[in-house]
Amino acid sequence: MAGVLAVAEVRDGALRSVSREVVSAARGIADALGGAVEAAACGGPGVGGAAGPLAAQGADRVVGIEAAGWEPGRVDVSAAALAAHVRSRAHAAVVFAATGPGRDVAPRVAAKLDRPLLTDVTDVEVDGGDILVTRPVFAGKALARVRAKGTPVLLSIRPNVFAVTESPRDAVTEVVSADPAEGTGGYRVKGFEASEGAALDVSEAEIVVSGGRGMKDPSNWHILADLREALGETAALGASRAVVDAGWRPHAEQVGQTGKTVTPRLYFAMAISGAIQHLAGMRTSGVIVAVNRDADAPIFGVADYGIVGDVFEIAPRLAEAIRELQDD
Amino acid sequence: MNITVCVKRVPDTETRIRIAPGGTDIERDGVKYVLSPYDEFALEAALQLVEGAGAGEVTLLSYGPEAAKESLRAGLALGAHRAVLLKGDPGMDGWATARVLAGELDGGGADLVLFGVKAVDDDQQQVGPMVAELLGRPCATSVAAVDVDRGVATCRRAVEGGREVVEIDLPAVATVTKGRYEPRYASLRGIMMAKRKPLDEKEAPAAEAGLVVERLDQPPPRPEGRIVGEGPDAVAELVRLLREEAKVL
Repeated sequence: MAGVLAVAEVRDGALRSVSREVVSAARGIADALGGAVEAAACGGPGVGGAAGPLAAQGADRVVGIEAAGWEPGRVDVSAAALAAHVRSRAHAAVVFAATGPGRDVAPRVAAKLDRPLLTDVTDVEVDGGDILVTRPVFAGKALARVRAKGTPVLLSIRPNVFAVTESPRDAVTEVVSADPAEGTGGYRVKGFEASEGAALDVSEAEIVVSGGRGMKDPSNWHILADLREALGETAALGASRAVVDAGWRPHAEQVGQTGKTVTPRLYFAMAISGAIQHLAGMRTSGVIVAVNRDADAPIFGVADYGIVGDVFEIAPRLAEAIRELQDD
Repeated sequence: MNITVCVKRVPDTETRIRIAPGGTDIERDGVKYVLSPYDEFALEAALQLVEGAGAGEVTLLSYGPEAAKESLRAGLALGAHRAVLLKGDPGMDGWATARVLAGELDGGGADLVLFGVKAVDDDQQQVGPMVAELLGRPCATSVAAVDVDRGVATCRRAVEGGREVVEIDLPAVATVTKGRYEPRYASLRGIMMAKRKPLDEKEAPAAEAGLVVERLDQPPPRPEGRIVGEGPDAVAELVRLLREEAKVL
């Protein structure tokens, strides 16, 4: 019986938490199709062990693909090894995470397998043996329901959308060796230049604190950085297009149609008026809080809770109140 | 150095999207179209590389409707040397689009093929690396800055927490994001010259799509929100609501 492959991500020897969402989504598809779930991570020696805990989300088998020539960042090697693995096991579906690394590797695997790819999926159902997905288009201004023809069906799921389910299995961890020479090479990772700010990507954060033009000056960002810090390490900073275009904040933080589309459980829009392309990028957040001086700002149209007033007075008070909660 | 930039005509990001009758397409009337914003970064990168090299040409390639000629002329006005339009209707299946583009690019002699990191309509973010696979060339994605020296492109990739530096051997493919590049504006002279630059049109070959869009919907409306209060005095109530009602703190 054809199974479902969940492609797990291991970085610096640690399993990335989004992989639990990937396996949970794969478990749902496999239960509907009637098949097993295999979780696989590609990497160096020991990668399978790091992925082992995915048995808790319903992986019947965990596979560490140890590929010759692999080193961190070698997406060409990972893609070739994963494609070869999918061919050897004839999976019915392959599920990636729509993270930075997932978006990099998935199209390459799809091309090697001569199959289409559905990116950034937010819902999956099985209909008469076919896989039907929902995915946002125009950065969420519309939702497309798409039927995939043929197998395997390749898709990547948006982080923070699929619930992590507990469905423990007694999975054994297998190690598969791969030597993907074909279609690799000419690609060398030379180094990494760390940027200021948190390592957590805004699209994967559980809480986002975004600032807009109403922050008046980039030197005022410490106010939002402090609020983010009060909210803990699952929070990240975001920014509107206006402040990124003005050079106040890096593009990596931009939320909206020309930036990242985010689905945190809690989104703070601080001094953001709410341009249509920004709303598109954050409207699927769990709970939206807006703080703005202008009671007529469009952002209040999508906010669950709003405060009309001066962000420079409200944000520090909010950070203080949240710290007091944690002290209780 | 010769660079081909693949571009797509998309609705402007300020567009309010409405679903057309039939439910599988958006209402096209009254929509303003632009070059996809990330494609503008790719074009800017290409122009800077060719200007820096002092030799070579920038070619624009687009797969789209007749009206995409307008977007190609806009790119020619910015400084691209020539343009090719493959007339057809690219759907959501990026793999079908990649096959059409790769058919045109194969054997075309571009040292570097650049894409925007994604088109802001279908948001599939896949055509660039798929084309690279078809051409058998190395590919770096989400590139914020690219420099070329002696047959090697050094790419600074925008990744979590910073920039990953990757070298790819030419000929190669890269997808470009915002970073170093600030798209230039067209000069009057550029706009006049664009009218005389070559723009080839041909019918795109058929490529069967493996994805069928069965329905497009507006996103569900969010539940009615409320203004908790005015000024810093409302913070206590906000925090109470976030904790007790929304249960997110």
